Amino acid sequence: MTSYQFIWFLLIGVLFSGFFFLEGFDFGIGMSVRFFAKNRAERDTVIQTIGPHWDGNEVWLITAGGAMFASFPMWYASLFSGYYIVLFLILVALIFRGVSFEFRANMQTDTWRNFWEWASSIGSFCAAFLFGMMFTSMIQGVPIDKNGDIFGSFTTYVNWFSIVGGVAVSLLCFIHGLNFLRLKTSGELRQRAEKWSKVLYPVLLAGEVVFVILLYLTTDFFTRKPMSTWGILIALVIFTLAAWWGAQSSHDWASFIASGLSLISVVVLIFNGLFPRVMIATNNANSILIKNASSSPYTLHLMTILTFTILPIVLIYFIWSYWVFYKRIKSPKQVAE
Amino acid sequence: MLNIGVTMLGLSRFQFAMTTVFHFFFVPFSIGLAFIVAIMETCYVATKDETYKNMTKFWGKIFLYSFAVGVVTGIIQEFQFGMNWSDYSRFMGDIFGAPLAIEALAAFFMESTFIGLWMFTWDRFNKVVHCLFIWLTAFGSTLSALWILAANSFMQNPVGYAMNAPQHKVEMTSFSAVIMNRQLWNEFPHVIFGAFLTAAFVVAGCSAWRLLKKDHEHFYRKSMKVSLIIGLIACLGSVWSGDTQTRYLINNQPMKYAAMEGLWKNSTQKGDWTIIQGTKNHKTTWSIEIPYVLNILGHHSLNGTFKGQQQVNKELKAKYNKNGETRNYYVPTRTLFYSFRIMAVSAGLFALVAIIGLWFNRKKSQSIMRQRWFLYLMGLMIWLPFIVNTCGWFVTEFGRYPWVVYGLLTIADAVSPTSTVASLMFTNIVYFLIFASLGAVMIILSHRVLKQGPDSVETDGYSSEPQPSDKKVDPYEMGAAHND
Repeated sequence: MTSYQFIWFLLIGVLFSGFFFLEGFDFGIGMSVRFFAKNRAERDTVIQTIGPHWDGNEVWLITAGGAMFASFPMWYASLFSGYYIVLFLILVALIFRGVSFEFRANMQTDTWRNFWEWASSIGSFCAAFLFGMMFTSMIQGVPIDKNGDIFGSFTTYVNWFSIVGGVAVSLLCFIHGLNFLRLKTSGELRQRAEKWSKVLYPVLLAGEVVFVILLYLTTDFFTRKPMSTWGILIALVIFTLAAWWGAQSSHDWASFIASGLSLISVVVLIFNGLFPRVMIATNNANSILIKNASSSPYTLHLMTILTFTILPIVLIYFIWSYWVFYKRIKSPKQVAE
Repeated sequence: MLNIGVTMLGLSRFQFAMTTVFHFFFVPFSIGLAFIVAIMETCYVATKDETYKNMTKFWGKIFLYSFAVGVVTGIIQEFQFGMNWSDYSRFMGDIFGAPLAIEALAAFFMESTFIGLWMFTWDRFNKVVHCLFIWLTAFGSTLSALWILAANSFMQNPVGYAMNAPQHKVEMTSFSAVIMNRQLWNEFPHVIFGAFLTAAFVVAGCSAWRLLKKDHEHFYRKSMKVSLIIGLIACLGSVWSGDTQTRYLINNQPMKYAAMEGLWKNSTQKGDWTIIQGTKNHKTTWSIEIPYVLNILGHHSLNGTFKGQQQVNKELKAKYNKNGETRNYYVPTRTLFYSFRIMAVSAGLFALVAIIGLWFNRKKSQSIMRQRWFLYLMGLMIWLPFIVNTCGWFVTEFGRYPWVVYGLLTIADAVSPTSTVASLMFTNIVYFLIFASLGAVMIILSHRVLKQGPDSVETDGYSSEPQPSDKKVDPYEMGAAHND
């Protein structure tokens, strides 16, 4: 494995981390449109919190996909063709939730407004769930042939662990969204988000315990890398507890950062467990390795230079755009007062 | 003629074609409209004329719908390479992935971030800064076109690569060669001019419909004027870039060129240009021709000849058929022939309508309001640019048959070995239903915006959400004093 290959493995991890941190609360906000907000005014406020951002957040996924294609074509080809139906459903979910914000605001009847609100909530939930399912199914080892093609059966994709993974990720995203609401709104909406978090965190912790048990039973993470796997899992639990504490004591920022870091820990857990592979095959000889999956040294070199030139500039204006919309949004009632 | 049956390959091709065509309804429209809106806002900043501000907000609203649909269909596009064409991704990843990743990194982040800023900050930044946001959005979307076309150009005309035969893939040897690909610099201007043209004639056509109803005459006449000027320039640019691109094909992809011009046999010195023809078994059965026009169009002179498809097929067979293969290299001729003619005739029509429209729409004249037939014509022409854009891609992509990467990889070798007919049937049907409904909602919403008219956007403070109490208040300002 060359250092460029290692850098790009890390970068893909960074891009997916960015995606889950940012789109995580987007998904959560999307879910809360129908599962949390009570009336139309609240839904307006909830959607407004991500109005200027959701689009940019989704670009992290596009960039992660593009970067994977550029740096590890063999990984991209296996994963994307192997998870054909799962990714297709993710795309459908992303389409519905993506257009829902723009379309909903311009519907004239309640029926259609409701339709797009449900599209946003169900779409966001499904996208988060399916991403969770995809990654937890992937790390268990899948039937890969010599060409790198995955010929899986239904249970390759849908099994106990992958369902628990999907539920855990969507729950984590939902709470992350609630934490974002606590930051961006005020008054009743903020207080209710806090109340919900307090109730949901014990559920999440229970889910994490089940997740760890199944991870132990179905993957080789604990035998191959016991130290780092345990380290990351402990970090995950600490972040969850910290976010819970933040909800108890009204530390909005602490909760938000901690729930974001929990999502990132999950990504780190997966990438750490994969290394030095990118796809785990049930027949170990067919596992796809970092050293075999990458593009040529020339392309990696080029991409590294370009990325380290462009990414800092992107990050500057990306963060600045959050800064511009930093302030809390008043709830409709407060506006009326 | 076309091998699109209910086979795995046929369904994969159909899916890709459907996604690309649908996606490319919105891409050129968004790119062009971003520029038109940016120009309108610049006029507002320069002249402080409130009509320009209303125009910016009004057409900006339609731009946002189109942008949203463009974004969600774009993700499908990106994922599809891996999902449906995994062997293509393995073969091409080294070269195709890089422009795609740079597109996301350099262009998508820029457009999506600045469009968010532009949408929600109408009273928060000074006019020049706010105007800069829409220019950055427009610039970002143009950049994205450049990068994706760089990838497409490699597929049309591979340069700057080396074959890695044992692993069956191409490897990049020179990034600058990939970027300086002549195919790219023929294709890119044509696509961009096409984008301007699309948006310009949609804006002009929508304005024409409203003028027929005698609605906001000043507003729509001004919109029409701005868009027709842009449309005329874009039309001339399209013709110029289309010409250079077509002539480039003569040597580079002779089969594509011969099919576009319907040449089966080599052309004679007389240069007969076929207006319309019937074909059967790789031969012309009947045709209407004009002498010399082919040479004027293709060689910019009266003399010269062109290779016909039969001859090109022989040459390609000699070049590529190794080990006794019997593959033919004919492309879907009729599709190319008619697509090319639709493009050419439409270009003339666009130019004519733009010139007449600008004449009727002179400042001191009322004639545009009296020429109702002309307004009808313009209103109907809203749909034409979309058809023409699709024809352009038909020529480009079908004309490369049977290759997916010209001379290097065939379409049949590119498809995912894991795909099944059943799953492809399912996804094709769902995609079709989704695209049809998205398209319908898009049209209904745009129509509604048009019917509500420019007054509706003057008051709503330009947030995409309805404001609860005071419509002019910016939600982010409101919370400024409030911190708990």
